[in-house]
Amino acid sequence: MEWETVIGLEIHAQLATKSKIFSGAATAYGAEPNTQACAVDLGLPGTLPVLNKEAVRMAVKFGLAIHAQIDEFSVFARKNYFYPDLPKGYQISQYEKPIVGPGYIDIEVEEAGPIRIGITRAHLEEDAGKSLHEDFHGMSGIDLNRAGTPLLEIVSEPDMRSASQAVAYMKKIHSLVRYLGICDGNMQEGSFRCDANVSVRLKGEEKLGTRTELKNLNSFRFIERAINYEVERQIDLLESGGEVIQETRLYDADKDETRPMRSKEEANDYRYFPDPDLLPVQVSRELVDEVRETLPELPDARKKRFMEEFNLSAYDAGLLTADRELADYFEIAVNTANGESKLTANWINVELNASLNRENKTLSESPVSAEQLGELILRIKDNTISGKIAKQVFASLWEGKGSSADEIIEKEGLKQMSDSGELEKLVNEVLQANPAQVEQYRAGKTKVLGFFVGQIMKQTGGKANPGQVNQLLKSKLDQ
Amino acid sequence: MSLDKKDVEAIARLARIEIKPEQIDETASQLSSILEFVEQMNTIDTSAIEPVAHPLDLTARLREDAVTEPNQRELFQSIAPAVENGLYLVPKVIE
Repeated sequence: MEWETVIGLEIHAQLATKSKIFSGAATAYGAEPNTQACAVDLGLPGTLPVLNKEAVRMAVKFGLAIHAQIDEFSVFARKNYFYPDLPKGYQISQYEKPIVGPGYIDIEVEEAGPIRIGITRAHLEEDAGKSLHEDFHGMSGIDLNRAGTPLLEIVSEPDMRSASQAVAYMKKIHSLVRYLGICDGNMQEGSFRCDANVSVRLKGEEKLGTRTELKNLNSFRFIERAINYEVERQIDLLESGGEVIQETRLYDADKDETRPMRSKEEANDYRYFPDPDLLPVQVSRELVDEVRETLPELPDARKKRFMEEFNLSAYDAGLLTADRELADYFEIAVNTANGESKLTANWINVELNASLNRENKTLSESPVSAEQLGELILRIKDNTISGKIAKQVFASLWEGKGSSADEIIEKEGLKQMSDSGELEKLVNEVLQANPAQVEQYRAGKTKVLGFFVGQIMKQTGGKANPGQVNQLLKSKLDQ
Repeated sequence: MSLDKKDVEAIARLARIEIKPEQIDETASQLSSILEFVEQMNTIDTSAIEPVAHPLDLTARLREDAVTEPNQRELFQSIAPAVENGLYLVPKVIE
């Protein structure tokens, strides 16, 4: 039997507003418990919610970026359930009239090329607080700082057919919200979270299988592993004559498995109804146009431009444009390096990236600025230094040993030997010192050329121009 | 549509309302009569009518995104039944 996986994702992106969606309390992460929870967030009697304009603008911005319909009228609804981190007994969300209607985004995956993923809707809602289950004398501790933080819930169509497609989609949305500046995308702090609806069906079957909802997927790696585990579990179950039960399952990263979270008995009936405390929101054409004006160049467009303007491969352009800050870095570096795009892309994707990863730094914490990298590349290009020495210069820049590539080259005496007379002398010396290898070369073992190059590089501390060395050696040996 | 005993118990559980066994029959009949009334309304064709989201024919005024609420934790926690380390304490809720 051949099975097909069907996945839809619900992504919760915390919007990067200064204040909460319905109150004037701060949204900063990491504050002391309950110091950013005001009377509205606590659900105290007599308080009323007032919608944050910026949250609306951010939602509209997202809608425009996914080619969605922006509804002129949007309505907030109450989603009723009881949990102590939700003091009102309901979450203010949107039900029938979300602010962002159907749209789409295109993803690229190796196994299948470009795929269009439908986005059913995106709606505004408030986040809940946090429950801490450590032992407080048999009680739970509640921190309501997060309560009322604006969320944009982005609901996809069940258009993904593998865990890797789901990851590609999630990465694309992650990149998009960061480009738009509407969410910081920090998954560790919970600013960007994801639930996955997963089902399987026999290939060719139209009807969807019974789905389970996976929660707690807070990294790209976990989402892939959780979905793969769940797909296998469902297939095993069906093939052994069992049945998939519709339920919510929690992914346990330590055990790499999913397990049921709520039992069916407790099935929630959210009893949605329009929130009488809030009037419908009118999103005027003017507002939409105004927000449209503020849209930055989006990842797909930028990738295309990088390929055309800088003649980069789709792969390189994709890597560089996945993150807005990285793309900005590249553009500054490549302009400083006189448009030397291929070399700049390589240095960013390899050397810079490896150094950042090694020290667990983000790009904004990079000790080497885009201008500094661009200047370094200029020096490789004009043969002041070789690629190998450039790595040394880069390391010195990284360690703050100088403020520019030129300064370090000067100070550490790394300038490539340009005196061909001196180099020729050295070549002669090396050839004379190694007559056996000269014999081998002349007998046809031309591979020993590498040995000579190595010797010369060693003696010059890598400062000889490899091209020049090769040429000189060949002309001497082939005489 | 009429509700039976089980429905009433389920609704009470969802709403966290305690209903004593002797109240169930009466509650069932009261709730059923409300549903009957709704059913009566349901017979009217409203497919061409836009639902009313709010009785006032107004749209929301939005606030600027500014932090206006200072930290008043001590004041709020002075009326809470139990607090510790800045947290509100509630009966254990772990699943």
